[in-house]
Parts: sequence; structure tokens; C-alpha cells
Amino acid sequence: MSTTVISATDHIWEAIAQVMDPEIPVLSVVDLGIITDVQIDDQSAVKVFMTPTFSGCPAIKLMEKQVKEAVEGVGHAHVTVETNFDVTWNSNMISEKGREIIKNFGLAPPPKYKGEPDMALLAHTACPYCNSENTTLKTPFGPTLCRSMHYCYDCLQAFEQFKPI
Amino acid sequence: MFNKQTLDAVRSLLLFQADDHLIIGHRNSEWTGLGPILEEDIAFSSIAQDKIGHALGLYTILNENLGEAEPDTLAFMRNESDFTSCQLVELPIGEYDFSLVRHLFFDTAALIRFEDLATSSFDPVAKLARKVKGEIKYHVFHANTFIKQLGHGSEESKARLQSAINQNFGLALGMFESFEGEKLLIDQGIYKGEAAIREAWLGELQAVLLEADLKMPDAGKVEPVYGGRKGFHTEYLQPLLDEMTEVFRVDPAAEW
Repeated sequence: MSTTVISATDHIWEAIAQVMDPEIPVLSVVDLGIITDVQIDDQSAVKVFMTPTFSGCPAIKLMEKQVKEAVEGVGHAHVTVETNFDVTWNSNMISEKGREIIKNFGLAPPPKYKGEPDMALLAHTACPYCNSENTTLKTPFGPTLCRSMHYCYDCLQAFEQFKPI
Repeated sequence: MFNKQTLDAVRSLLLFQADDHLIIGHRNSEWTGLGPILEEDIAFSSIAQDKIGHALGLYTILNENLGEAEPDTLAFMRNESDFTSCQLVELPIGEYDFSLVRHLFFDTAALIRFEDLATSSFDPVAKLARKVKGEIKYHVFHANTFIKQLGHGSEESKARLQSAINQNFGLALGMFESFEGEKLLIDQGIYKGEAAIREAWLGELQAVLLEADLKMPDAGKVEPVYGGRKGFHTEYLQPLLDEMTEVFRVDPAAEW
């Protein structure tokens, strides 16, 4: 028999994982990779640190509020959420589970890359519906800052990608 | 730690870049609903949203690290002559050819600046720049794609682009107006300076125009349009500020 040791912040991470990205409401902010640190002091006050996906993301304030409420919901009276650029978010920080969720949501997940993303990555994005790579980039901008728009020549469907950044 | 003169120069650098991004962001947003095709409507609107985000990031550093007023105060409460944006960004959107060429001129320079600032010895700027440069890459990619497509498009599209490039080249060179204390920033590894940025910009631009089968103006023969960095503006900035700040002036605490 083994005993599960719960470190002091596990229950906080679990609470935060209930908060969804408002633009992809099935993807949690934890799987999105924007929660960079959770700290708790001996008075049980909690500090959560976030980094934005895009610097002009209009959902930041809403997510800060929802994260704060989620942590308060598990019994912490003093919660602060700070968004800063100490950790630079990039799309490689989306978890494997997050990538599956994005694909099932109907968006092509961002390809993992080494170094810096190359715009050539965008040209042959696999179609999230039929997996064909016979696709073309229509425009690097989409309905939200994090998406680009593509077209699949095989299943003849327009689709969107959570773009690599 | 940096001394007062150096921090003053950092302040000038961040302020003019923040103002550039705020004003071009506002102008780009004027394409919302008017783009020549839906994708371009979305592209200019998305780019606008990014630019306002970049301006906010820069104003936030000015506020938190350099003792300036709150970002909203800096953006909405200053007089026209306090803005140090270059004149290129304040011109009305005009026809699509002008807006596309301005987008190319501006973002090519913005990417070079933020790539440089990503290694700045002034840490808050370096952190922001590492984020921003990834976003601006998409802006440059967009500008280059359309410049190349239209450069190889019809006789009319080519002629319109070339004429927008030629007519606005002096304004573009005005982006690289030197400012007080620049040398301190160069010496201390904070920023590589306008002359070096301009040099890199000329190289990048030439490569794109070559691929687009367009002609690069001779920078040595065009007079740069300076003044913006010192608060001298065209007749177009004040009406823009009036419109941009209208809601704020009616109700400074408005939320939406």
C-alpha cells in the first residue's frame, strides 16, 4: 500500500484546472500552460502567477478573476493573481492533453517546434478533421488573436489552427 | 543600476515606441468593417489588437518601473505635443495600398527593434520584447505575403504599391529620428540605437521589395520627415486623439 502525499499546492492546482480558456471553453488554463507558479505562505495566503498567451489578449482580466475565485472556492481567503512576462509563454507549453482537447474542439493544435517558430510551419498544417496535410494557409489571423485560418484540399473544409508562437 | 540620465533616455525610448504602437493600433482598427476582403478586415483588426497590447505593455513599464502615470492616463490624458510618435503612424488609413505599405514599413522596423530589445540589459523591457517579437513576426509575415502577392499582381496593383512606397519613404525614414540620451543606451547595452536599426531596416526592406519585384527608393536621396519624436505632428493627430479619447472624456470610469 502506498500513501499519496499531497504537497501543499496540489489542491490549488486542481482548483485552477477547473478554469477554462474563455476562447476555447474546454481547455483549462493549466493545460494551456499559462499558470507559471503557485505559492502559498504559512498564513495560507495564495499567490498565483500567470503569463499571457498574447500580450493583447482581451481575456486576461477575466481569467485572473476566475482563477482567484476558483482558489477562494477551496478555502483560501487571501488570493492574489499576478500576470507578468517573467516566463514567456509559447505554444510548446500547451500540454499533450491540451493538444488533444484543442484537436477535438475542431482546431488544429500548434505544431511543436525547436528554437523559434518558422512561418513555413503554417503552410502545411494537418487538417483537424481528416488529418490531411494537403492544406493551405488562408491568413495568419483569425477570429481570435491565437488562431490562423486554413483550407483543406482533401475534405474541402476551412479550418482554424491554434497557431505556433 | 542605471543612473538618472540613462533612465531618462529609457523613458524616451519606451514612450515613443508605446506612442507609435498606440497610434498605429488605432489607425489599423479603422479597417474593421472596411477591409477590401474579409481576411484583410480580420488581419488589420487583429494586428490592431496586438499593437494596443504592445502599447499597454510599454506604458506599464513606464508606470511600474519609471514612475510615469498609469497606462490609461498616458494613453488618454496627454496633449498632442506630448506624443512622441513618428508622423508615419498618424496619417489617415487612406487607400489599402497606403495602409499596406505603411504596415510593411512599420512592422519591419518594429520587429528589428524588439529583437534587439529582447537582449536588452534593461530587464523589464527584455522580458516584454521576448513576448512581443513572436507576435510581430506574424505581422511582418502578413505584410510580406501581401506585398509579394500584389507586387506580382496586376499592373495597377504594382503601380499603386510602388507609388505608395515612393511617396511615403521620407515618412518611413522619420521613424529613425534620434533622441536625447540615445548614446547612453547604446553604451550600456540597453538598445542599439536608431542609426543601427535604420541600417538593418533598409536591408530587410530591400530584400522584401526585391522579391516583390518592386523598386527600393534610394535612402540617400530622400529627406527623412522628422519632428514626431519631439512632439511636432501633422494636422491628423489631434482629430485621432479626439476620437480615441471620446469615451474616456465622457466617462473616465467606463467599463465594457
